[in-house]
Amino acid sequence: MKYLLTALLCVGFFSGAFAQKYFTKQASIKFESEAPMETISAINQQVVSVLDSETGDMQWSALVKSFRFDKALMQEHFNENYLESDAYPKAIFTGRIVENPPYDEDGEYAVVVKGTLDMHGEVNDVEIPAVIYVRDGVISASSNFSVLVADYGIKIPKVVKDNVSEEVKIYVQAQYQAL
Amino acid sequence: MAVYAMLLLILMSSHAYCQDLLSLIEDDEEEQTEIVTAAWKANRVVNLHSIENTPAGVFDFKIGHRFGQISLGISELFGLDQSSVRIGGDYGITDRLMIGLGRSSFEKTIDGFVKYRLIRQTRGAKETPLSVSLFASTAIKTVPFQNPDRENFFSSRLYYTYQVILARKFSNEFTLQLSPTLVHRNLVEFTEEANDVYALAAAARFKLTQRLALNVEYIYVPEGQLLPGFRNSFTLGLDIETGGHVFQLHFTNSTSMIEKGFVAETTGNWWDGNIHFGFNVSRVFQLHTPKS
Repeated sequence: MKYLLTALLCVGFFSGAFAQKYFTKQASIKFESEAPMETISAINQQVVSVLDSETGDMQWSALVKSFRFDKALMQEHFNENYLESDAYPKAIFTGRIVENPPYDEDGEYAVVVKGTLDMHGEVNDVEIPAVIYVRDGVISASSNFSVLVADYGIKIPKVVKDNVSEEVKIYVQAQYQAL
Repeated sequence: MAVYAMLLLILMSSHAYCQDLLSLIEDDEEEQTEIVTAAWKANRVVNLHSIENTPAGVFDFKIGHRFGQISLGISELFGLDQSSVRIGGDYGITDRLMIGLGRSSFEKTIDGFVKYRLIRQTRGAKETPLSVSLFASTAIKTVPFQNPDRENFFSSRLYYTYQVILARKFSNEFTLQLSPTLVHRNLVEFTEEANDVYALAAAARFKLTQRLALNVEYIYVPEGQLLPGFRNSFTLGLDIETGGHVFQLHFTNSTSMIEKGFVAETTGNWWDGNIHFGFNVSRVFQLHTPKS
């Protein structure tokens, strides 16, 4: 009886913890602000993401300081004046894929991810369209969406309103591996 | 037996905890070392060099301007009728090494400098309490010699400054800096004047808002090196940042904007109103983007 239970435990443990969770530490988030005078973009390629294929739960975490800009001063202003990365070091998305696709079948699945985006100390409910790709058992995901900086308590001074857009386009990409 | 049942129960209910998925992998995320940045808004406090460097590939065009002394009164519009200008540019060769060149209208002086960041303040896995930079500059006074009749040497026009800059950003709001300084003058007017002037400069920043900071700097020159009448430089400044510009507005008792001048040749007395209103304007241009 004891052995049986131990065996059961082991099976339960392995199937529960290993088979259904996927992660990456090299997901990328790129954002683009298109304003009349200037297009500003930055990329972060050290984003962490975890996906639970059983429930469709997913979580993303990005260090604000890891966004790289072409111009050094922009990067400093982004951290110092806009995102205030010393006070709010991370941006975190927690959500769930509304209709969880079959991860054991190759294909492209258009999905909607519902959840909360926590950035610059403000938490907002968001609904994000995304695509889940399954190819030879490898799961990847991508998404394009926009956020209004005002929703996250980020103020754009009048003097730079032609340089910094109120709406920022965000491009997200991840390729998962089994946890 | 009961223990196993419990374990099974915990295991089965463990799916309920999956909401915080990040905790599954963040446990093994090692703490990173982070370089402390933006101790000052600009690479100058006001007159003094701050610990900040111009980033690699960035050209920083600078105009420094000092009006006359406020004590000149209404006939000179409290100094606004007079002006002294330094036009210059700084360039970041690497993130640690920068150079700069400038020309001051006061005594028609050309100056060039090198600043190297030796140690960077860090926090996180590896803590380094302060930043250290080395600074050296040469100034060439190009006004005609005062005594053209005697034999004059080119070397008599030269001034050198060496500085170690020690700074710590205590918090986002407060930065403190000490700069032991040596100014060497090849030629001085009187034998009582020291050729080597040792000084200790101190500077502090108080960040008021996201884009405003208050700067204070004071340069202490121990007695016996300068003639009576020369004073320690004291400056109050306000940094205003907008996009790619930093405007620095200030009140100072120094006329010169280069080390040999404001360290060793300041004559203004704050109590008598010998104060110059002035500003520095900095505009940066990213000339090339270094590969990271």
